[in-house]
Amino acid sequence: MRALRAQVRAEMTMIFTNGETVFLTLGIPVVFLLFFSAVHVLPTGTKHPVDFLVPGILALAVMSTAMTALSIGTGFERGYGVLKRLGSTPLGRPRLLAAKITAVLAVELVQAAALVGVGYALGWDPGGPGGSGALVGAAVLSMVLGTMAFGGVGLVLAGTLKPLVNLAVVNSLFVVLLLLGGMLIPLGRLPGWLEGVAKVLPSSALADALHGTLGHGTPVGTRDWIVLAAWAVAMPVTAGLTFRWE
Amino acid sequence: MDDSIDPTTKSGADASARATTRGRATSLAPAVACDAVVIRYGETLAVDRLSFEGHAGQVVALLGPNGAGKTSTVEALEGYRPVTGGSVRVLGLDPRRDHTALVPRIGVMLQRGGVYPMLGPAQVLHLFSRYYDDAEDPDRLIDLVGLTAVRRTPWRRLSGGEQQRLALALALVGRPEVLFLDEPTAGVDPEGRIAVRNIIAGMRDRNTCIILTTHELAEAERLADRVVIIDHGRMLADGTPATLASGAADGAIRFSTEPRIDADALVGTFGAGAVLEEERPGFYRLQPPPGSTTPAVVATLAGWLAERNLALGDLRTGQSLEDAYLAITGSRGAADPAEAQPEAAGSATGRPVRSSRRRRPRGTR
Repeated sequence: MRALRAQVRAEMTMIFTNGETVFLTLGIPVVFLLFFSAVHVLPTGTKHPVDFLVPGILALAVMSTAMTALSIGTGFERGYGVLKRLGSTPLGRPRLLAAKITAVLAVELVQAAALVGVGYALGWDPGGPGGSGALVGAAVLSMVLGTMAFGGVGLVLAGTLKPLVNLAVVNSLFVVLLLLGGMLIPLGRLPGWLEGVAKVLPSSALADALHGTLGHGTPVGTRDWIVLAAWAVAMPVTAGLTFRWE
Repeated sequence: MDDSIDPTTKSGADASARATTRGRATSLAPAVACDAVVIRYGETLAVDRLSFEGHAGQVVALLGPNGAGKTSTVEALEGYRPVTGGSVRVLGLDPRRDHTALVPRIGVMLQRGGVYPMLGPAQVLHLFSRYYDDAEDPDRLIDLVGLTAVRRTPWRRLSGGEQQRLALALALVGRPEVLFLDEPTAGVDPEGRIAVRNIIAGMRDRNTCIILTTHELAEAERLADRVVIIDHGRMLADGTPATLASGAADGAIRFSTEPRIDADALVGTFGAGAVLEEERPGFYRLQPPPGSTTPAVVATLAGWLAERNLALGDLRTGQSLEDAYLAITGSRGAADPAEAQPEAAGSATGRPVRSSRRRRPRGTR
């Protein structure tokens, strides 16, 4: 446990002392929330854009931390030989991965607190019987599944591509999943064929789950659970099979 | 931490002498054992039936040109790389199958990188010390490797030599029984090199088995109890620096003075059988005639130079490990006339200067 605790602390130190990572994980989501709440350019379909934006940007925050930040950081650690070096210490790979996941969840907690706080300040009103324990629990579970899915995607890329290639690919993927994820633009605004593709992506399933639980006060749909669970299992398994540590 | 790894307690005595007097450190069971190891990368044969052992309290230097198979061999011992054939054992364990049991007992210094770029020496060493049940004191290690002034400087801003010292400290933090060091003094300044050598000597005196890969032959000669020379994955030589040097000894005397001395005149003072060769401008190799004694040859040489008011620079009567290494690896190249030709050219200027009373084969150079 001593090694795991130390590694978690180190991972969090590196995240919160790295300006780029802080900007990516906290700056961009908060700026998006502030900007699009004030400038009504997105077809949110709600009376107050913030009601659509808070759940969507929570999903965006999960994706940016679990996929983009984790992938870029891990990719460069691999490039610098850090992962190879750690492989010859008693820390071991399972504890290293556990530390990374713990750090990601901790960052997501900070993100959620910041976004919910800013959302309330902007007048966010969770709809329906919002605030019920079951809905909040479902939202949290969907975020955990989303973390596993996006984390798996990030590690697949980080474990197979060169650091700079990974940087470009994961940032591009972030934009694609953002635009097709229903986080800022409702899926209904997409062309029919594209909407069909988007519905099987983890970004749209997570955003839909959060819009339901934290926006409309409705439970997570079966399709969203299936899509999220499938990605949450498939991608970490793929990462485990394909990841190269050096 | 055991004081014995503190450089201030070490003398840096000659390893050759130590090898003959420090029989107490070795034990019967090898700490490191390669037995007919074969490593292939697809069609490429990187290591070809390589066998050697390293014991507790012994520094084993793996020498060889780039691509010789040193890194593949060491990475197999560290557990990073599977072997295609043969077997490797470290402390009696299989480095891959028994990886979890082995890693707390070994220390690894990679040639490059391996450290979080944004963390400083203090942060990294304190972090790594948490991985081990019985770790060295990180702050004392920082002092030991001379990084106190930069203890909070991020790794990416450290000089190359400072990064090497940190990598060494990280390899030491777990009090290893076997230490793998890859080019430990590359990029390190002269003072740092002495400190690193003394640390290695201190670890050996703590009965640690040290596997050292380096291109610094003088460093290997100073530190190693045993030298394994490999090329193209095969072992070319295995022995103490002294035995390897004596095995390659050619009886020649090497000295330096002004370039283009009167070679015929000098050779003439020694009589038939003497050969003088200007290996590069101002640096000569004198092969005395058979039957002459070294002191007499040196006296004659010194007198001849004094008569002409020529300075005597470097003077060496024996073989160094570097000479032995070049002879051993060069003899392999000499098997191929196309490869041997540049060696035979002699002078760095491309102008072979050679004078003799009786032509004879050049030997191993």
